[in-house]
Amino acid sequence: MSDSATWTHEGFEMVVGLEVHVELATETKLFSGSPNRFGDDPNTNIDPVSLGLPGALPVLNRQAVELAMRIGLALNCTVQACTFARKNYFYPDMPKAYQISQYDRPLNIDGHLEIADGIVIGIERAHLEEDTGKSTHIGGSGRIHGSEGSLIDFNRAGVPLVEIVSRPDLRTPEQARQYVNELRAILVEIGASDARMEEGSMRVDANVSVRRPGEEFGTRCEIKNVNSVRSLGRAIDYEARRQVALISDGEVIQQETRHWDESDGRTHTLRTKEDADDYRYFPDPDLVPLDPGAEWINTVRSQLPMLPAARRIRLAEVTGQAADSEAIATVVERRQDDYVVAVVEIGGGAERVLVHVKEAFSEQGSKPSVPATDLAALVAMEVAGELTSTQTKTLLGDLVEQGGGDPKSMAAARGFEAMDTSELDGFVNDAIAADPDAWAKFCAGDGKAMGALVGHVMKASRGQADGKAVTAILNARKG
Amino acid sequence: MSTFQSARSIAASVSTGESSSVDVVSQHLARIEEREEEVHAFNLVLRNEALQSAERIDERIAAGEQVGPLAGVPIALKDNLCTRGIPTTCSSNILNGWRPPYDATVVSRLADAGAVFVGKTNLDEFAMGSSTENSAFGPTRNPLDTSRVPGGSSGGSAAAVAAGFSAMSLGSDTGGSIRQPAALCGVVGVKPTYGAVSRLGLIAFASSLDQIGPFTHDVADAALLLECMAGHDPGDSTSIPHPFPSLSESLDRGVAGLRIGRIVDLPSGADADVAASVDRAFEVLADAGADIIDVTIPAFTYGLTAYYLIAPAEASSNLARYDGVRFGSRVETADTNSMYMATRGEGFGPEVKRRIMLGTYALSAGYYDAYYGKALKVRRLMAQDFATAYESVDALVTPASPSVAFPFGSKTSDPLAMYLCDTYTIPSNLTGHPAMSVPFGAGENGLPIGVQVLAPAMGEPTMFAVAAELERSAGGNHV
Amino acid sequence: MSEQLDRGAVERVAKLARLELSDAELDEATTRLAGMMAHFADIDALELNDVEPMTQPYELVNVLRDDVPLETLDHDEVLAAAPDATDGRFGVPPILGLEL
Repeated sequence: MSDSATWTHEGFEMVVGLEVHVELATETKLFSGSPNRFGDDPNTNIDPVSLGLPGALPVLNRQAVELAMRIGLALNCTVQACTFARKNYFYPDMPKAYQISQYDRPLNIDGHLEIADGIVIGIERAHLEEDTGKSTHIGGSGRIHGSEGSLIDFNRAGVPLVEIVSRPDLRTPEQARQYVNELRAILVEIGASDARMEEGSMRVDANVSVRRPGEEFGTRCEIKNVNSVRSLGRAIDYEARRQVALISDGEVIQQETRHWDESDGRTHTLRTKEDADDYRYFPDPDLVPLDPGAEWINTVRSQLPMLPAARRIRLAEVTGQAADSEAIATVVERRQDDYVVAVVEIGGGAERVLVHVKEAFSEQGSKPSVPATDLAALVAMEVAGELTSTQTKTLLGDLVEQGGGDPKSMAAARGFEAMDTSELDGFVNDAIAADPDAWAKFCAGDGKAMGALVGHVMKASRGQADGKAVTAILNARKG
Repeated sequence: MSTFQSARSIAASVSTGESSSVDVVSQHLARIEEREEEVHAFNLVLRNEALQSAERIDERIAAGEQVGPLAGVPIALKDNLCTRGIPTTCSSNILNGWRPPYDATVVSRLADAGAVFVGKTNLDEFAMGSSTENSAFGPTRNPLDTSRVPGGSSGGSAAAVAAGFSAMSLGSDTGGSIRQPAALCGVVGVKPTYGAVSRLGLIAFASSLDQIGPFTHDVADAALLLECMAGHDPGDSTSIPHPFPSLSESLDRGVAGLRIGRIVDLPSGADADVAASVDRAFEVLADAGADIIDVTIPAFTYGLTAYYLIAPAEASSNLARYDGVRFGSRVETADTNSMYMATRGEGFGPEVKRRIMLGTYALSAGYYDAYYGKALKVRRLMAQDFATAYESVDALVTPASPSVAFPFGSKTSDPLAMYLCDTYTIPSNLTGHPAMSVPFGAGENGLPIGVQVLAPAMGEPTMFAVAAELERSAGGNHV
Repeated sequence: MSEQLDRGAVERVAKLARLELSDAELDEATTRLAGMMAHFADIDALELNDVEPMTQPYELVNVLRDDVPLETLDHDEVLAAAPDATDGRFGVPPILGLEL
C-alpha cells in the first residue's frame, strides 16, 4: 500500500467516494414512538409504524431533525427546506416494502470535511432516512446463500439514520480512513451518534473506480460490508487493484455492487446493474415538507460544540506542539483536550501535561478522575526539578489509580526528595571514575557516551537523580 | 326519503332514558337479521359486542353519567377502518383473519361519543371500485332494488344506513367512494376537507386522496357525526391543526345571499334524469334566495386521468406491505421472492392487481415524468381552476353520480366505464376540498338521485347550509 | 403519451410489483392497461411546463413530534398474527433473488 499522499498502481489512480450511514442518538424512532435502543430482545421495540401495519402513519421526530441539522452544519453544508420520498423495494427486513428517505430535496447539501494535509473532501448531501430491521440467516453458516431461511427482528426498523454522501474526492485508502475517523470524531463530538462501526451504528459503503490521472472517471463499483476502518482501507486497495488488473487485461469494468469478505480479503459480486431495482421514488404523501428556517438553523449552529479540527488547533496553540502530531490527535480523539487546557491554565508545563495525559490517561474518558489541580501540581514539581521524570511517572500512576491526591505528600510518602547538587556531583565523580572510556568519548564529542554515564548515576542513586540535572553537570564539566 | 329514526333522536331518547340503548341496538340487529342475507352489507356483524356496549351505555346513563352526543347510536364501520382485536379485511383475502392491534382514531372518537358499533361493512377490495362488486367476499346489494349495485367502494356502509341496519355509518372516499354510493342508496354522504378527519387507522388506498366521512339518513345527522370525528390528530401528519368549524348553526341558515356556482364546462355524461334533478336543485336554491352564477373549471375534465395515475401510484406503494411476512395470508414457497409473488398473486383480486400494475408503471424509471409527474401538475391546474371559481362563488352544485343505481355486471367488463362513475366526484379528492351528496329527487324506476354540493377547503359550514336547503326543498328532513 | 404498453412491459411491471400472474391474466392486463393508457393521453394536450406539481391537497409544513417514547405493541400479540414466527422473530424462506 502506498502512503497517504499517493496511491498509484500501474499508472492508475483510485477515485473513491464514501456513503456513510449513521444511526442518530435519539430516544425514539424517526417516525414513531418506539424506543431507539440497541440490544433489546427481538421485536420488543415495535409499533404499528415500525412494523408497517395497515393504517399506520408516520410522524417526524423533531430531535432526529435537529441531530441531522447538527451533522449538516458541522460538515459545512447548506441546510435547506426538504421533502421525504418513498424508495420502493421488497425485502423482508423492510416492513412497508418502501423506505422513507429523502431524494430530490435532501436536508443538507454541499458541505465539506477537511482531512490531513489540508485536503478537503466534498460532501454532496447528508439526508435523513429510516433504518431497516435485521435479518438473521439460519443454516448455511449464517450467510444468505445456502441458508434454510431467515428470521427478522424489527427493533431497528425505523431507527433514524443520516446518510452522508461524499463526493468522489478521495484518492488513497489512507485518506478514506482519515475521512471516516474525522467524520466519526465529529459525530461523537456533536452528540449525533455513537458512530460505532462494530455495532453497526456507523456503516460505510465505498464507491471505487480507477483512472489514469487527468482522465474521465471510470466505471465504479460499490463495496458493501466493510465493518471497520482498517477493513475499509484494505477493501478499497483490493478493489482498485482488481479493477486495474481487469483494465490491464483489456476487460471492461461492470458497474456492480460488491461484498467485502473479511476472511479472504477480497470483494465478490453481490449484484450487477442489470438486476438493480427500479426504486420508483415519489414524494411520501403521508408526510409534509420540512422547512427548518433561519431561526432554527441559527439556534442549532450556535449550540454546536467546538469541533475536533478546531480542538486540535487550540490544543496545538496551548501546548506548542504541531496540530497533526500524534499526541494532539490522540488527546482530542479521547476528548481530553478540555482537561489538558484546564491543567495548563492552572500550572503551565503544557508540553509535559500533554505527554502525561496521552501516556497515562488512555483508560480515562473525557472527564479524567484526577482533578486538574492535582495534575497541575505534579507537573509544577517536575518542571521545577523537584521530581525526576521517573518519579513523576510513578506519582502519575498513583494519581490515576487513586483518582487524585496531593503530589507533595505523595512524593514525601514515597521518599522522593530532590537531591542537592553536592550529592549529585558525588555521583557524577563516581560515574567518571567507573567508566573513563565513556568519559573520554563524551569529551571527544560522542553524545551517545553520555547515556552510559547517566546510567551509572541513575543506578548509583537508585533512580532518585534527575536525569536533566545530571546531563547539565556533565555538559558543564566537559567545558 | 328514509323512514328510519335519526341518530339525533336516538341519542336524545337514550340520553334521557326515554328508550334504552339495548332496545335501539336490538331493533337494528333485528333488521339486520331480517335482510342482511339479501343485502350483504356486512363482512362481520358485531352482535354480541354491540349488545354489550349498549348495556354499558344504559348502565352509565342509569348512573347519571353524560355518555356523549352519539349515546347509544348504532354505527357501522367500513371494513378498512382498524378495530382493535376485531377482524379488519378491506374485503381482501390477503388480510383475511387479521385483527389489528389498535383502533383507528375515528373509532376511538366515536366510541368516546357513546356510539355502538354494529358491524364492519363490505367494500370493493381495498376501496378500489364503484359498485362493491370487487369484494373478495361477494357483492353488496342495493337495499332499494337488490338487482342493482349500492355503488362503491363504501357500498356496504351506504346500504347499512339505507336498510336501517345502522343509524349512521363511516365510509372512506378516495375518488367518490362515499358520495357515489350515498347517491345510489338515497342517503347523505360527506367527504370532508382533506385533513379534517384523521386517517390514522384507515387502511390506505391513496394517502393524498383518502378521507373518512359519514353516511346518514339526513344532513343534520351528517353534521353531528362529522363534528364528533373531525379535529386535529397529532398521529396523522396531514391532519389540519386548527379546530374544525361548528356545523349545527349552518343547518338553518338557508341560502339567502349565497353565491352558488353552476359549472358550465362540466364533462357531459350524466343521464337525463340526473341532469334534470340538478337543474331542479338550482331552481329551488334560486327560489330560496341564492344567486346562481355560471363558472368554468376547464381542468375538471382531466380529473379522471390525473386521478387514475395518482391514486394507483400511491396504492402500488401503500399495498406493497402485504407481503406475507408480518401479518395476513402467505402462500408457502421455496424462497422469499416466489413467496411474495405467490402471496400477492393469490391474495389480491383482479382490480387491485390492475391498479397496482398501473401505478407501478406510472412511477417506474423513464415513465415518472410522463405519467405521475404530469398528473401532479394537472392536479395543480385543478386546484387553481377551483380557486378561481371560488373567487366568485361560495359553493358549487353538480351531479354526484352520472346515473342512478345500475344493475349488477353492467360495468364490470370495462374498467373505464366503471371509472366514469367517478367523473363528478374525483376533482374534490384531487383538490382536497369538501363535497357531499344529498338525496334530491328520483329517476329511473323511482331510484334516488344524489346532488353534489362542493365548497372550498374547510368550507363545510357553507356546504351544509346548501345541502340542508336542498333537503328541505326535497322534503327529506325529518326530526 | 409515450410508447404503447406491451405484454413485455406488463410482465416487467408485474415482477416489479411482485405479482404472480397467469398467462391469461397477463394478456388481459395488457389489453386493459393499454386501453387505459390510451384514454389517459388526453392530458398530453395540456401545457404544463410552468406548473408546479401538487403533492399535498392541504399544504402543511413542519409537522413534528417530540422525541418521547410511546407505548409499544405487545410482542406476543404481534407475533401471533405472523404467518411464521420463530424465536420471537418473523420467519421467511431463504432470501434469494432479492439481495441488496
